[in-house]
Amino acid sequence: MRPFEYVSAPDVATAVRAISDAPGAKLLGGGTNLVDLMRQDVERPTTVVDISGVPLTGVDELPDGGLRIGALVRNSRLAAHPVVRARFPVLAQALLSGASGQLRNMATVGGNLLQRTRCLYFVDASAACNKREPGSGCDAVGGFHRGGAVLGASEHCIATHPSDMAVALAALDAVVEVESVRGTRRVPLVELHRLPGDTPHRETELEPDELITAVEVPASTAAATSRYRKVRDRASFAFALVSVAAAIDVQDGAVAAVRIALGGVAAKPWRAYEAERVLTGARATEAVFREAAEAELAGAVGLPGNEFKIELARRTIVATLRQLRVEGGAA
Amino acid sequence: MIEVELRVNGTAHRVELDPRVSLLDALREQLGLTGTKKGCNQGACGACTVLVDGDRIAACLALAVQYGGREITTIEGVAHPLQRAFVRTDGLQCGYCTPGQICSALGMLAEADAGMPSAVTEHLAEPRVTLSSAEVRERMSGNLCRCGAYNGITDAIREVAGARPGVSS
Amino acid sequence: MTQAPERVSPPVEPPVVDSGPVVGRPVDRVDGTAKTSGQARYSAEFPYPDITHAALVHADVARGRITTIDSADAEAVDGVLAVITHRNAPKMAEAPKVSLLDLSTMAAGTRVNYLNTDEVHWNGQPVAVVVAETLDAAHAAARLVRVQYEALPAVTDFAAAQGDTKPAKGGMMGAGEAKKGDAEAALATAPVSVDATYTTPPQNHNAIEPHATTAFWDGDELTVHDATQSIDWVRKHLAIRFKVPAAGIRVVATYVGGGFGGKGSVWAGTLLAVLAARVTKRPVRMALTREAVFRTVGGRAPTVQRVALGAGHDGLLTALVHTGVSAVGRTGGNAEPVGSQSQHLYAARSVLIQHRTTELDMLPNTFMRAPGEAVGSFALESAVDELAVELAIDPVELRTRNEPERSPTDGKRFSRQNLARVYADGAERFGWAARDPKPRSMRDGRRLLGWGVATAFHMPIQLPADVSVRLSADGTVLVRSSFHEIGVGAATAQAQITADALGVPLDAVTVEHGDSDQPPAPMAGGSGQTASLAAAVLQACDRIKREALALAGKAPGSPLHGLRPADLRATGGGLFRADVPAGAEHAGETYADILARAGRDHLEARTGSDNRFRSAVGQARFMAGFLNDRRKWVRAAIGAHFCEVAVDEDTGEVRVTRWVGVFDVGRVVNAKTAASQLRGGVVMGIGAALGEETLLDPRTGRIMNPGLGEYHLPVHADVPRIDVSYLDEPDPTAPLGILGIGEVSIVGVAAAVANAVHHATGVRVRDLPVTLDRLL
Ligand SMILES: Cc1cc2nc3c(=O)[nH]c(=O)nc-3n(C[C@H](O)[C@H](O)[C@H](O)COP(=O)(O)OP(=O)(O)OC[C@H]3O[C@@H](n4cnc5c(N)ncnc54)[C@H](O)[C@@H]3O)c2cc1C
Ligand code: SF4
Ligand code: FES
Ligand code: FES
Repeated sequence: MRPFEYVSAPDVATAVRAISDAPGAKLLGGGTNLVDLMRQDVERPTTVVDISGVPLTGVDELPDGGLRIGALVRNSRLAAHPVVRARFPVLAQALLSGASGQLRNMATVGGNLLQRTRCLYFVDASAACNKREPGSGCDAVGGFHRGGAVLGASEHCIATHPSDMAVALAALDAVVEVESVRGTRRVPLVELHRLPGDTPHRETELEPDELITAVEVPASTAAATSRYRKVRDRASFAFALVSVAAAIDVQDGAVAAVRIALGGVAAKPWRAYEAERVLTGARATEAVFREAAEAELAGAVGLPGNEFKIELARRTIVATLRQLRVEGGAA
Repeated sequence: MIEVELRVNGTAHRVELDPRVSLLDALREQLGLTGTKKGCNQGACGACTVLVDGDRIAACLALAVQYGGREITTIEGVAHPLQRAFVRTDGLQCGYCTPGQICSALGMLAEADAGMPSAVTEHLAEPRVTLSSAEVRERMSGNLCRCGAYNGITDAIREVAGARPGVSS
Repeated sequence: MTQAPERVSPPVEPPVVDSGPVVGRPVDRVDGTAKTSGQARYSAEFPYPDITHAALVHADVARGRITTIDSADAEAVDGVLAVITHRNAPKMAEAPKVSLLDLSTMAAGTRVNYLNTDEVHWNGQPVAVVVAETLDAAHAAARLVRVQYEALPAVTDFAAAQGDTKPAKGGMMGAGEAKKGDAEAALATAPVSVDATYTTPPQNHNAIEPHATTAFWDGDELTVHDATQSIDWVRKHLAIRFKVPAAGIRVVATYVGGGFGGKGSVWAGTLLAVLAARVTKRPVRMALTREAVFRTVGGRAPTVQRVALGAGHDGLLTALVHTGVSAVGRTGGNAEPVGSQSQHLYAARSVLIQHRTTELDMLPNTFMRAPGEAVGSFALESAVDELAVELAIDPVELRTRNEPERSPTDGKRFSRQNLARVYADGAERFGWAARDPKPRSMRDGRRLLGWGVATAFHMPIQLPADVSVRLSADGTVLVRSSFHEIGVGAATAQAQITADALGVPLDAVTVEHGDSDQPPAPMAGGSGQTASLAAAVLQACDRIKREALALAGKAPGSPLHGLRPADLRATGGGLFRADVPAGAEHAGETYADILARAGRDHLEARTGSDNRFRSAVGQARFMAGFLNDRRKWVRAAIGAHFCEVAVDEDTGEVRVTRWVGVFDVGRVVNAKTAASQLRGGVVMGIGAALGEETLLDPRTGRIMNPGLGEYHLPVHADVPRIDVSYLDEPDPTAPLGILGIGEVSIVGVAAAVANAVHHATGVRVRDLPVTLDRLL
């Protein structure tokens, strides 16, 4: 790891100032991604602004039944929050399926959203990678890309976003609140991450000097019957090959409201608007679920090493909805 | 260099630290507490698990400067029936993952006591946790053991968990 | 007083000794407390006041020559003491030529003379070492060493290299050939046959302790703390490479954090730590990063195998063909003897076993737990299952029917023959009778269930071992030998053996190990350490008892006066007449009494050799005896695996839900640690079955997943309760009846899983690992 200047910020104002003062500065939350990447020489901040002590650690209910989650809330604490468990199970499950108990105790909401891809070539400085070094090429396309994207990818980059939590938040219509020296703004979570196009190094809509302060999750009738299904290579402690966050409200056998997002398939948590369109108002049957999944994946493109994800995603969508229908029926 | 007070196993140490130094390296190299192990230095094996204010964390991805003033517990500061249980159930072979398994298990038991759910918890809203074998194995999955002592580890943990009031296994 | 050590090579067929009160019992590990309290020190954990830290710089081309090295930026880093490259490194001698008379000549993992050459032989080869005052400075500076290469054409694609193979040389892992009759012709005319290709990927040991070396020179004397499974090899090899007497080298490895074969050879990290300590004249610690372990320590080679079986409708095999191609490095490595078990396991009327290799410009492979059989059994045991399906015969029944009387290829006798028994026991424990053979016939909700079986087979080796045993007047016993505690409970087992051999309580015995100052022990490999040591320990204890008897015999007042060794039994801390009940008056006396009367404060016996000449003679004699013995017997540990998998019908995710393994491993010294080791093999096998694969980019020869996040070892949640049991009967041809348990249980695991997956889904997966995409 290269040397850097360390600044410990006690509050948002100090942090925001510190990061705007020092170009090349990076915020440090739990450090579980940043420290790892600094050690691999992928991240090379000149200044590290430690925000782990900033008191953005509340999980508060909003008057309309929504939730406001501080950016420094640890993943494990958020998952264990009684309101999250009772009313937004998809979020609790997504968090609990990520990483390990130790890492969830360290990882913060803000850091989790901004963690970087696990593409094998991104973390190896000897490889060509447009994301790490714009214009150098992409070794993943002709190499190992089991983790690669099948939706929204480009010839320049096929990396996926690895977060589980973000997939659940995408399905829940969450909004991210960010702050900088220029003030506060709100970004819908589904717009936070960018697709690669020909600028895969630009991963989010945030400016380098912006700090995530909170995530708001609006109230939703569907969220109570929601679930996160993560498909992976081992039973635990592995990133998703494909994941599905789904929330559904079935009334008299018909879909009254539905939210679906996919993980492991794109450079961002992939909100499945096409599938939602097919489902909304339709009968909640296996055939309709399959039709919705087909519609969502219609534009998917695979490479030899990740083509299987297209069918896997379809099947996982159907399986998740089927299970929710059973649970919803029972409830 | 930054001066930090590291409070480890009840003792305060004033140390001068390069901010790059991980909590793991500070413990092992600076304080000579080599009971905490380094298996990957990437958060992926759990050998470096320590407790900070009772929470288990991966010390390899923690910068030491972030943990000044916090109560850090390493295996050297643990005196718990779980250690004997590991020996009895043979929840170890080479022993290299063992300190991490034990610290992780202690953190995990506290999480379970606090009613925190896991990815295999059937009824999420249920405030009490039953530490079934499946629950223990899921919750301990951040600690790899290449020797494959998993059965013994699970047995040791459930034995100790079951012996405590208020926790069913 | 030290007795002149006597050179004795352990007998190849020592008498079987009845197990005493401690051998066989589930005794707690003697080092359990040290390991659960953080007190056990591993090789990177020995404090030296002025320690320095070393980091490696790895090549990023597969083959080429270094043209320029720019180390100015690295040298400028605060705290950097040296950047060592081929430009400025001291000369190291080449690795020695391999000789069967001195096994330590096989110590080198590769033939590359690191930092003494500008040639690059694989992507990842160390090309520079940075030494600094701190760990962070060393690693930061290593990133700043800029190396340029003239890249040369390289062969790095194993799949594409299948056209260019040659017959395997015997080599260290012993990839032999076997032929009986005309198997191909028999296959062509067999009423029922299967003929398929199976592949297995490269794998890495991934002991949780990464390789680490702490080296310190004092003049020409060297102390090395090394994470090794072969202390004696490291010592001899370092002596050759650094041209100093072995006597001045001390190698210490009290605790090793797992090995599995990966710490059996001498790899770059050890050599370069010692080299760096020479250069800097300071103690150097080289704790390899996980990435550096992947890039500099060989793993299991990838294989492509063909297994063809021909049988009559009665299921009796008429033809068995098992051929394999595995990759070796151009600078070392050995053929994976994938057909090793196929030579002995089933009574086929015609047999053809062949091994070939293809040379790649990559890091040489090495032995990894059950080299050959671990992956060879995947092919063989999958094929047997395929044949069972073809024949519509139960796979357990098919194997039982083909259990041979004598080894089919060479007519040798088996020292034990219990395949049918372990299968019968396993079937009973597992409830196999309830299996409906039809694929997709069993389910649990949306999960398809499948049951599979496979055979485990491994031939443990035996090597010469030296030990010293010292019995003190206070009744305590000290056993010393530089053997390896890599997790198998070696010290515990030898303490148990010693306690029973001398008739003292277990807690009277202390075992010191892991230091070349102790009498030399063989490497911890080939599942041979426990039996090899047991032979030596028994012999030393025998000598102590004889000497005690001789002392007592001289004393007219001793109840032992006039008795012969055969009249006695060692018990109660002394020697007592075997023909009177324990505790009877004047039946014998304690060692304490014998020694007190004789005015001695201890008795000591040492088996083995004390100088190079004797050692060489002893080794040669031992090897001759061992090979002769192998000519007579097939001595193998075997087992039967039964498993259940659950396959998610939607996603193809495979989880192992149940396991029963029944083994025949001869006598078991410690019921607790033995069960753990057997389970450990199953766990590693589950990893190989479902997830493990080292991703070597065929374009560059570079390992792309050199970390534990991306190389998927099994985690807690992947591993169900593993029910292990064993026959626990002594092998009549082995010391104390002990075979070896370190490797047998990984053999067959991947096949059992794949067979169960076939039963669950109807899909036959012939390529490891069995990932879900192969089932969609
Ligand atoms: C072995 C391993 C396995 C893992 N498995 C999973 C998994 O299965 N699923 C999963 O989802 N994740 C997984 N992770 C990733 C883990 O969840 C993330 O590393 C973690 O969530 C990041 O949070 P952090 O607070 O530690 O972020 P940090 O490492 O502190 O920061 C990450 C990035 O976010 C920026 N940042 C941090 N906080 C803010 C803020 N408030 N505002 C703006 N920028 C900010 C930092 O500058 C940095 O660029 C795994 C990680 C490891 C090491
Ligand atoms: S997929 Fe993206 S991150 Fe991976 S190598 Fe290509 S450009 Fe880099
Ligand atoms: S060393 Fe920290 S998780 Fe492996
Ligand atoms: S005991 Fe060796 S890795 Fe767990």
